[in-house]
Amino acid sequence: MALLPTRRRRNRAAAEPTSRSRQGDTPAANRRPPIVELRDATVVYPGGHVALERVSFGIQRSEFVFVVGPTGCGKSTLIRTLIGEVRAARGQVLIAGHDIDRLRKRRIPHLRRRIGTVFQDFKLLPNRTVYDNVAYTLKVTGASRGDIRRKVPEILRLVGLQGKVHNYPDQLSGGEQQRVAIARAFVNHPPLLLADEPTGNLDPETSIGIMQLLYRINRTGTTVLVVTHNREMVDKMRRRVLALDEGRLVRDQATATYHEESTSEFGVRVRAEMGVREGHTNGEPAASPPEFT
Amino acid sequence: MSRIFFFIAEAFRALRRSASPSLAAIVTVVMTTLLLGVFIPVIKASSTTTENVQKQLALYVYMYPDATKKQAVTAQKKIDKVQHVKRADLVTPKEGLKLLKSNIGQSEIGQGITQLQGKNPLPYSVVVHPDNANNLPGIQNAIKPEGKHAKPISPAIDEVNSGQKTANAIRTVTNAVKVMLTVIAILLLIVSLLLIANTIRLSIYARRREVEVMRLVGATNWFIRWPFVIEGLIVGLAGAAIAVGMLWIGKLTIIDPLAHNFALIDNFHTVGFVPLIIVLLAASIVVSMLGSGITLRRFLRV
Repeated sequence: MALLPTRRRRNRAAAEPTSRSRQGDTPAANRRPPIVELRDATVVYPGGHVALERVSFGIQRSEFVFVVGPTGCGKSTLIRTLIGEVRAARGQVLIAGHDIDRLRKRRIPHLRRRIGTVFQDFKLLPNRTVYDNVAYTLKVTGASRGDIRRKVPEILRLVGLQGKVHNYPDQLSGGEQQRVAIARAFVNHPPLLLADEPTGNLDPETSIGIMQLLYRINRTGTTVLVVTHNREMVDKMRRRVLALDEGRLVRDQATATYHEESTSEFGVRVRAEMGVREGHTNGEPAASPPEFT
Repeated sequence: MSRIFFFIAEAFRALRRSASPSLAAIVTVVMTTLLLGVFIPVIKASSTTTENVQKQLALYVYMYPDATKKQAVTAQKKIDKVQHVKRADLVTPKEGLKLLKSNIGQSEIGQGITQLQGKNPLPYSVVVHPDNANNLPGIQNAIKPEGKHAKPISPAIDEVNSGQKTANAIRTVTNAVKVMLTVIAILLLIVSLLLIANTIRLSIYARRREVEVMRLVGATNWFIRWPFVIEGLIVGLAGAAIAVGMLWIGKLTIIDPLAHNFALIDNFHTVGFVPLIIVLLAASIVVSMLGSGITLRRFLRV
């Protein structure tokens, strides 16, 4: 799934297999550029505050990645940078091989249509029903009425909200609102889904449900990047973890072994519900090591 | 095509869903349009009246009583060539008397004129119309400069009467009125613009989160902006329509009956009702649309 389906890109994609086939031994999974790649990216806010400092990492397609760190460490800035809301002062931010700093302003909405975003405060349109909230995303892309009528109920069934189609956001619980937000983010089946503290406002029970949903989305092939400061949740899920501190990447581990293995009931349950076995490595399917170029 | 319907539907949905800010915006448009609708004709009427008053200002150049017609014509021709003179009309004693009679009418002095028994004490005179009332002193100085040894433009000229004091007074007043009216008109226009823009800004500010979400899911700026612009159009149209309706009722019930009875109102040269309506409608729609579109810019910066 190309993130920016422009003509030029399609041409390049068509030319790619021939040049690659000569190398022969390149594994199929590594042929395409990482879906997210930061190269020495530095983000400075007006006023001189450095939010990200020389951050470099790559995320492969279908990976499930956590970004952790204390408040103000640059996690949210990372998300804002990836959707083109903030531009890197130095270094490069590449999405599917495209430098988004070089992207024209006009193209940024098109980039965002291919990236699903979920936030702590849900960011739903308050004066629209659940159905219309999800349908708006499709209307933005110019989807036909038939398409909308088919896809919206389908995705709402997927997140388990088929009974609340005509409710307004303020008639829903926090967990349900977050499900709507996830449905909206995923209705276009984007190759990349960014979640900024998706469980920050929810109780542990509801959080498990939301994380399960994100996990299921990840299994369809969508890369999921979850920003959180819920360390316990991270440790239980045994996924790749990027830790930020004061804008710097201080840790990049394929599996979260930051804490001692937890035997709390919460942790056991989360692992059981996710189908995560002990010692299981990152990603589904098993992740390849991040590519730095 | 379906997009246009979508935008229109979105605009109506926004109006319905945020009824009170929309109503506030409409009321603001009604008030300002009404204000403009009353003030534009008043301002126009007063400025045309002051212009008329200024137009009537003229110099009266009187010849010596023994000046011949030939001398008077020569003097008139010379005056006609003076800078800023628009027209110089020769008035014979006969015509002068006639004018005097008609001006004075049937009063006691008027009856006195009839007792002249054929004798006409009036000299030849020239009425000088300036191109602009402000040039009167200059013209007067050119025809008959002040000072002991200064000579008038023609030896036949006895006296130049501009009713200098009256003219000055009228000129000062009309100029002041003109400036004042212009200032009021500009202020009124600015106030209307600010009022409408501010009301729209408030209603958009209340929905800035909504705009943020729209941007987040990849809506282009114009995709977000169109419903707001159409909303502005509807608000402007509704407000202006109500205001024009009220103006029309006002015209029918107040101005028209008065115009029949009072020549004063009838004589005012003012703006026609239809052009006024068109200007008001267009202005309020454009202002509301631009107000919406431009205010949104602040929230659309990537």
